[in-house]
Amino acid sequence: MDNSLKLHYEIPGDDFALAGEASSNVKKILTQLGVNPAIIKRVSIAMYEAEINAVIHANGGTAEVEIDSNKVTIIIKDEGPGIPDIELAMQEGYSTASEAVRELGFGAGMGLPNIKKYSDNFEIESIVGKGTTVKIEVWLKP
Amino acid sequence: MESYFHSVTLDEKKCKGCTNCIKRCPTEAIRVRKSKARIINERCIDCGECIRVCPYHAKKAITDSLDMIKSFKYKIALPAPALYGQFDTKYARNKILNGLKSLGFDDVFEVARGAEIVTYATRKLIEKGDYKKPLISSACPAVVRLIQVRFPSLIDNLVKIESPMEVSAILAKRKTMKLHHVSDDEIGVFFITPCAAKVTSIKAPYEKDKSAVDGAISIRDVYLRLLNNMDKSNESFELEISGAEGIKWASPGGEALGLGIDNYIAVDGIHNVIKIFEEIEKDRLKDVEFVEALACTGGCLGGPLTVENAYLAKSRLKKHIKDAAKVNDVIKMDSLTITAQKEMKNEINMDDLLLSDNGISFQWKENIKHRPIMKLDEDILKAIQKLDALEKINNNLPGLDCGACGAPSCRALAEDIVRGMADETDCIFKLRERVRQLALQMSELESKMPPVLDKEQANGDGE
Ligand SMILES: Nc1ncnc2c1ncn2[C@@H]1O[C@H](COP(=O)(O)OP(=O)(O)O)[C@@H](O)[C@H]1O
Ligand code: SF4
Ligand code: SF4
Ligand SMILES: [Mg+2]
Repeated sequence: MDNSLKLHYEIPGDDFALAGEASSNVKKILTQLGVNPAIIKRVSIAMYEAEINAVIHANGGTAEVEIDSNKVTIIIKDEGPGIPDIELAMQEGYSTASEAVRELGFGAGMGLPNIKKYSDNFEIESIVGKGTTVKIEVWLKP
Repeated sequence: MESYFHSVTLDEKKCKGCTNCIKRCPTEAIRVRKSKARIINERCIDCGECIRVCPYHAKKAITDSLDMIKSFKYKIALPAPALYGQFDTKYARNKILNGLKSLGFDDVFEVARGAEIVTYATRKLIEKGDYKKPLISSACPAVVRLIQVRFPSLIDNLVKIESPMEVSAILAKRKTMKLHHVSDDEIGVFFITPCAAKVTSIKAPYEKDKSAVDGAISIRDVYLRLLNNMDKSNESFELEISGAEGIKWASPGGEALGLGIDNYIAVDGIHNVIKIFEEIEKDRLKDVEFVEALACTGGCLGGPLTVENAYLAKSRLKKHIKDAAKVNDVIKMDSLTITAQKEMKNEINMDDLLLSDNGISFQWKENIKHRPIMKLDEDILKAIQKLDALEKINNNLPGLDCGACGAPSCRALAEDIVRGMADETDCIFKLRERVRQLALQMSELESKMPPVLDKEQANGDGE
């Protein structure tokens, strides 16, 4: 038996009320594992932002989470419109979110910068018309 | 595990073993076993949800009896401001306070007064700007305990100032020692409490070794006698020492209102509080300065040990607030400073409240600690294995969260199983599966006959 825990979540695209459920599940799991609260906070904010992006920009996707005693790896994948200019998207405050989405309190353009800030390793791949994959890694040991 | 005191307990005789309470508990602290609810002590935060929801009144709070005051020479009552909302508005605040005194106390010190001082200290803290945003009120001990067990990353956001009750107890004792020449241990200070959470914060404080309060008597327990005494007695000592600001604390938003800021959130009801805390943990409330969070719906007026309906109590409290504003004219904090200084004979410089150089400080001496009650194992590798097992068991359960197993959800049962506290067949659906399998095996076995009795075989052989 290998010593890691693998989890899979579907991220529904059309439901704002459910957005954030996967990250809040992962938060609960990390709490049960006794992970340091400051690290849990970083993981859950980074994952939450990536999850929300999949909901508001790409009509949903999936999350694969793997936890071992050293790190948490989160891969969030969608088949949405993709990001034409990743460098631009990574800038603080840059957002293409609609007015309606902003009114719900999303779309401040801080999601991707925060994911980068809170993760120890961050990778993003995107093909216009095909979709986007975000990989987040956070070390559990300092 | 070392024994963990908390106030909420079960009355075994009244408990029917229904599942109302297990579903409402915010920390999944209750299980039904052998037809009785059991509280997992270290998980309970004394929010009182189970007391409110139990249709058989089988959940109760451990509080002190009024008799306990007799063991002290000088007895002081510390009424929570929520007490004022319990009676018809024909009883003025001073009447209520005198009624309380007549139950056997030598003096009464309004906790509303302590609340005003906490308001003042919190204002100073906000002015100084040296804190983590948003600042979270520490007035409700159930909320502080919720943070300890479920939101440890918010510990740093707490207002680390003593609660109005502690401040009042400290001041009441100082005043009495000075005026009546009695020693510290001859004075008994008793909080008249709307809830179990406050009882626990007195008997097992989280921010210091010992509370300044000596006991807690529930509002419910004094209610009738107090009502009686108000009608009978004509005593009228001047016992009102609080202005309107302090009385407002009994209702949601009351504390926040006194801070003179606009960007605050006042949330009441433990499940609503959890939602707001989740938002803070996601960094979504950045422009909020202050969060007032109260475990009870309707704030302390909705406390589990109050008598009156919280909404009615709120409308009654309004009158007391109005009267206080009229009589004392201490709505502004500046005039409050003056009154407070006069009252304490200039003993306390309000500006120094946050410092300790004049010997009195209302800042917490110690910070509270994270209590990781949800942790599955000390060793992370073992915890990962248990979680793996937990997820697998959970995927096999029906996912109905019916509660018939005595756990609040299928996932909670899965957790109990990996912790060795429950068995898969506690699930009635799993049990039925097992019974069906056994039945199949039995009928299979039943069709098998020992050869000596097998007639067909014997007949066949004979011909
Ligand atoms: N999964 C995604 N699919 C398509 N576009 C995305 C995705 N994630 C981010 N983007 C683009 O990058 C921009 C910046 O993302 P982010 O920093 O999270 O800000 P916000 O979500 O508030 O707009 C988004 O406005 C969007 O144009
Ligand atoms: S008081 Fe609150 S935390 Fe304690 S058992 Fe009851 S519902 Fe759960
Ligand atoms: S809201 Fe007030 S009455 Fe309710 S638990 Fe908190 S302090 Fe006690
Ligand atoms: Mg975003």
